[in-house]
Amino acid sequence: MSAFDTVIRLVYLAAATCFVLGLHLMNSPVTARRGNLLSAGGMTAGIVAALAVLFHAGTARPAALLVVAAGAVAGAGAGLVGARRVKMTAMPQLVSLFNAVGGGAAALVGVHDFLRLGGAPMDVRNSVPLALDTVIGAVTFSGSLVASGKLQGVVPGRPIVFPGSRWTSLALATAMGVAAVMLAAGVGGTAPLAVLALAALAFGVAMVLPIGGADMPVVISLLNAFTGTAVAMAGFVIGNTLLIIAGALVGASGAILTRLMAAAMNRSIGNVIAGGFGTADGAA
Amino acid sequence: MNPEFVSDLTVFVLSLLAGFEVISKVPTTLHTPLMSAANSVHGIVLAGAVLIAVTADGPLGYAIAFVAVAFAAMNVFGGYVVTDRMLEMFRPRRDSGETTR
Repeated sequence: MSAFDTVIRLVYLAAATCFVLGLHLMNSPVTARRGNLLSAGGMTAGIVAALAVLFHAGTARPAALLVVAAGAVAGAGAGLVGARRVKMTAMPQLVSLFNAVGGGAAALVGVHDFLRLGGAPMDVRNSVPLALDTVIGAVTFSGSLVASGKLQGVVPGRPIVFPGSRWTSLALATAMGVAAVMLAAGVGGTAPLAVLALAALAFGVAMVLPIGGADMPVVISLLNAFTGTAVAMAGFVIGNTLLIIAGALVGASGAILTRLMAAAMNRSIGNVIAGGFGTADGAA
Repeated sequence: MNPEFVSDLTVFVLSLLAGFEVISKVPTTLHTPLMSAANSVHGIVLAGAVLIAVTADGPLGYAIAFVAVAFAAMNVFGGYVVTDRMLEMFRPRRDSGETTR
């Protein structure tokens, strides 16, 4: 391990520590704001480290660096404007929107890695995280968009159940399973990945549509935990420890929080997901 | 088995366990801010999105890198700012000595 690698690894460790302590401080209103700042500090360190790796590698084309800069400016600008301007009452749908794009980014990291290898057969330890990353990331992307739309009133808040919806979900799940196996076996080039991503996007919509607007906060929290898991899988795909730690941390703490939120509403996660309940209006 | 994979898996499992333990008895008023804070943390995918630029090549690669970075940056920057705005609301109450609503 070179000195540079060692420093990067240590920065990752420091960032991970900030995330854990930051989330822990969120347990109490007195320390919550400090916790969020600590977590933001860890995030800054982690991203600076990633930029250092990018420039240190020296293999990135100038066009790629330009693309990263443009993407960062566009994304950060949209995020900051959204976060500053949003009304207090509209915050849950904005969080859901941020969660959607996070899931989308995680899925794209996996897709990029797969396309780079050109669909060659992969080892199980690569193909399984890749398939999970793509599926979970895409489900969260479309599911969170629908959840956000329901709270915003763009999508009707009432549970939308159409005939044969369960069979549709089952068919989509089957398609994802088959595509994942083909992807692992290296059959069909890039086609299985496309099927996997599209079926997962449709599945996300089919999963959230039948759930009523009043249950949306619980659903958003669940999808938040999903994104965490997708990010951890993306970490396995590109071999980045910080993504694995932060993703697993959010996946697990998000799952606990989802259970707490459901309990506070006297619901269980199971009957929220089963859907068909709830009132027309969001609780936001 | 590849030793690097085994160490990644170890880190993954231990982080899951840390995640299960890190929140315990969070008051109901903090549920939404905590969800938002956790949402910001998975914005670390921005580091991954930046790193894929190392191998990005050709229009499709650039397009994917651009969207991935833009999405992740929106998650990070928006996430932390909106969480901070939510938590700002707790400050006056804290000053009056009351910690939960």
